[in-house]
Amino acid sequence: MTHTAHFKVWRGDTDGGDLQDYEVEVNDGEVVLDIIHRLQATQVADLAVRWNCKAGKCGSCSAEVNGRPRLMCMTRMSVFEPDETVTVTPLRTFPVIRDLVTDVSFNYDKARQVPAFVPPKGVPAGEYRMQQVDVERSQEFRKCIECFLCQDTCHVVRDHEENKTSFAGPRFLMRIAELDMHPLDAAADQGLVRSASAQEDHGLGYCNITKCCTEICPEHIQITDNALIPLKERAIDRKYDPLVWLGSKIRRRQD
Amino acid sequence: MTQVERHAYDVVVVGAGGAGLRAAIEARERGMRTAVICKSLFGKAHTVMAEGGIAASMGNVNSHDNWQVHFRDTMRGGKFLNQWRMAELHAKEAPDRVWELETWGALFDRTADGRISQRNFGGHEYPRLAHVGDRTGLELIRTLQQKIVSLQQEDHAETGDYEARLKVFQECTVTRVLKDDERSEMGAPPDRRSGGKVAGVFGYVRESGRLFVIDAPAVVLATGGIGKSFKVTSNSWEYTGDGHALALLAGAPLINMEFIQFHPTGMVWPPSVKGILVTESVRGDGGVLRNSDGERFMFGYVPDVFKEKYAQSEEEADGWYTDPDNHRRPPELLPRDEVARAINSEVKAGRGTPHGGVYLDVSTRLPAEEIRRRLPSMHHQFKELADVDITAEAMEVGPTCHYMMGGVDVEPDTAAARGVPGLFAAGEVAGGMHGSNRLGGNSLSDLLVFGRRAGLFAAEYAAGLGEQRPAASEEQIDAAAAEALRPFGAEEPAESAESAQEGAAENPYTLHQELQQVMNDLVGIIRRGPEMEQALERLGVLRERSRRVAVEGHRQFNPGWHLAVDLRNMLLVSECVARAALERTESRGGHTRDDHPGMDRDWRKVNLVCELTDEAQGGGADGGKQALIGLRQRPMDPIRADLLALFEREELLKYLTDEELDR
Ligand code: SF4
Ligand code: SF4
Ligand code: FES
Repeated sequence: MTHTAHFKVWRGDTDGGDLQDYEVEVNDGEVVLDIIHRLQATQVADLAVRWNCKAGKCGSCSAEVNGRPRLMCMTRMSVFEPDETVTVTPLRTFPVIRDLVTDVSFNYDKARQVPAFVPPKGVPAGEYRMQQVDVERSQEFRKCIECFLCQDTCHVVRDHEENKTSFAGPRFLMRIAELDMHPLDAAADQGLVRSASAQEDHGLGYCNITKCCTEICPEHIQITDNALIPLKERAIDRKYDPLVWLGSKIRRRQD
Repeated sequence: MTQVERHAYDVVVVGAGGAGLRAAIEARERGMRTAVICKSLFGKAHTVMAEGGIAASMGNVNSHDNWQVHFRDTMRGGKFLNQWRMAELHAKEAPDRVWELETWGALFDRTADGRISQRNFGGHEYPRLAHVGDRTGLELIRTLQQKIVSLQQEDHAETGDYEARLKVFQECTVTRVLKDDERSEMGAPPDRRSGGKVAGVFGYVRESGRLFVIDAPAVVLATGGIGKSFKVTSNSWEYTGDGHALALLAGAPLINMEFIQFHPTGMVWPPSVKGILVTESVRGDGGVLRNSDGERFMFGYVPDVFKEKYAQSEEEADGWYTDPDNHRRPPELLPRDEVARAINSEVKAGRGTPHGGVYLDVSTRLPAEEIRRRLPSMHHQFKELADVDITAEAMEVGPTCHYMMGGVDVEPDTAAARGVPGLFAAGEVAGGMHGSNRLGGNSLSDLLVFGRRAGLFAAEYAAGLGEQRPAASEEQIDAAAAEALRPFGAEEPAESAESAQEGAAENPYTLHQELQQVMNDLVGIIRRGPEMEQALERLGVLRERSRRVAVEGHRQFNPGWHLAVDLRNMLLVSECVARAALERTESRGGHTRDDHPGMDRDWRKVNLVCELTDEAQGGGADGGKQALIGLRQRPMDPIRADLLALFEREELLKYLTDEELDR
């Protein structure tokens, strides 16, 4: 079955732009990304869009469809009425480059600010021993496909440019939780308390656990319940443990 | 002189999938200033699609496993056409490459005693694949990505600059490998003159359309495969054979280009998921193949050699699932190429589904509950991607282009491309390792083993040159710029009159679709001599037409332009595939000839080598002349005696000629 759908697609660049109207063919079983590709192939060859896998695995095709952050390759046309206008706009939290493509460098900057995994001293490669139950918690977070939809949706930065410097966003707070829960991470031996640092250096305190990030996550990761809330609890525990508190103050003064 | 952005590095890695990132890590750890060119965003590479796992004989689950067994399995899988030294290095080094990932933070699934768990896979004698559920490729990419970030953090601590020694250029495409002129070697003795050393790369930034040159004496190609030349493929848009074409254009030969792995069951419908794999376990768990008449057609396709082992009736076949000892296997479980051939014949005979596949049905075979329990990821995949409930309706499937065994002809130990000093290649873009057919799980290990080796030897090579760095001429850079911008008509040489005569401007999307159709129909999974001759003719016409490709808009993030540039690569690579496939008059692994169905021991000793012809090389970068591929046969190195000794003579006789065995 084929019908003609009415699309509104945001077109423009750093100098601004607006929604443009298109009539475009839709076939059974197609997703929003297919329609965008048809527009490219038949009407606007230079329409800019990112995509790679078309299977919900790479996290490239993030955009907002009727105002909701989504992967375009995982949004089926059948969820809309045939006469419904489908509006596709770029992620709102990040600056537009062109059309549906945004500058997501914010996320790559934040990724760099989270100290990497610290391998345990004296355990050679091949000798790592961990139980499945102990790796499972971090494994859930490692399902993340870095679509940055959670970063886009979180109200702390969505309309608050000023918070961007001090807030890492759910994806990278979750990365801290992942490392904090890694059974063999040895950051503590180097004086780095990951949970406390999430609070002090990466803006965990801004998060008021609204769970919008969790609702939007295409991998269905329980970002808030399994990463952010436990991280907050651990940060608080650390704060009231006088020895740790003293230790981290001393370390901070040294560097 | 063209206005270009200019950078200088010691090593440039083109491609940021598993092989590219591993190469970059190695080069940087050897002290080289390293650049990684990433066609997409950092961390989005096609490697994330790999599900099964990383093959490495760690022996965690079965302690009998060792590198010799892995080597044997790999050679059998490749039907002994493998570059044996690569298969040896791969089998020996894979465990270390996996273990090292753990020290960078990877979290594999565990055994009960806390080690890395390993799973069974087709063609592997023991449970061998390290895995993380069915998202091993994602774990691999993320781990390498995070290791790169951690190296950048070290550099930041030391210099205040994250990118002091290792920089990722995101969303950039390389269109040419640059070399120094042969002229500059005039003083050298003739046997030292190699036809120009690598001097860097030329490319463009997707975001801005700006052109750039990176001066670098060592370039590692790690660009992956060529699937986008085919209509139905499991590969992403990036897989346009860039590295294959860059190597050819730089004067390096490609080998084994006739060998492409087609998976028999990819989705063909709905369009949004065309080509995506349907795992073999659907058939293993009871799924059957039917044509549009509702006939379970595989019974008509059991070849004589398999008649003994496969069921002749539906009753007998259905008994196998519960009682395999007293029933023969259902014919749906024949080897991949047999199943693919059968599907192909049904479709060609007009008994295909409306979308050119056949039905794979599990819904009438098992209770819905059972399907959900046994095939959770397939159930989820079809539900989410296609709105198809596989417990209630049949899937439509057909063969899908999955993996390119052929690629750059490299020195096995160093990953250096033959004939072009300073050029290296690793991963899917390199040829030889997998012979005529790759085993599942051997791809991720290949990326790690040879990615590291390419980075290591590129670093050594660059360091060894000292201050004597090759430099590309300005003419070469101008020519590369003109070639890249030609689709805009901006820098059109004096050929506008000519092209006006030749015909109207061409749309890159249309040409791409036609190319994909030609390759799919005429050089696909089942090949015939006359069809491939026809394909070569049509490719020639497409090549002519591609000179008139024109795009609208400007250079900023313009996908029409990007496709126009990629077309050159796809056309070159497609010609290699068609020529080599026409030449090899036997069937072996990922190359099936309807007109030459048997495997021929004499062909095992031969690699088909593709190179640009001299005329094409003369045409060079001006874009005026399109490249043409020359083909020659080259005998393979005899397999080392101690490696041959790992096999029974009986088995070797199937592959090697008597003379080879009696040497
Ligand atoms: S739960 Fe926290 S991180 Fe997630 S969207 Fe709400 S405020 Fe943002
Ligand atoms: S946590 Fe979920 S929503 Fe956020 S980037 Fe990862 S996959 Fe996307
Ligand atoms: S294209 Fe990969 S997630 Fe949509």
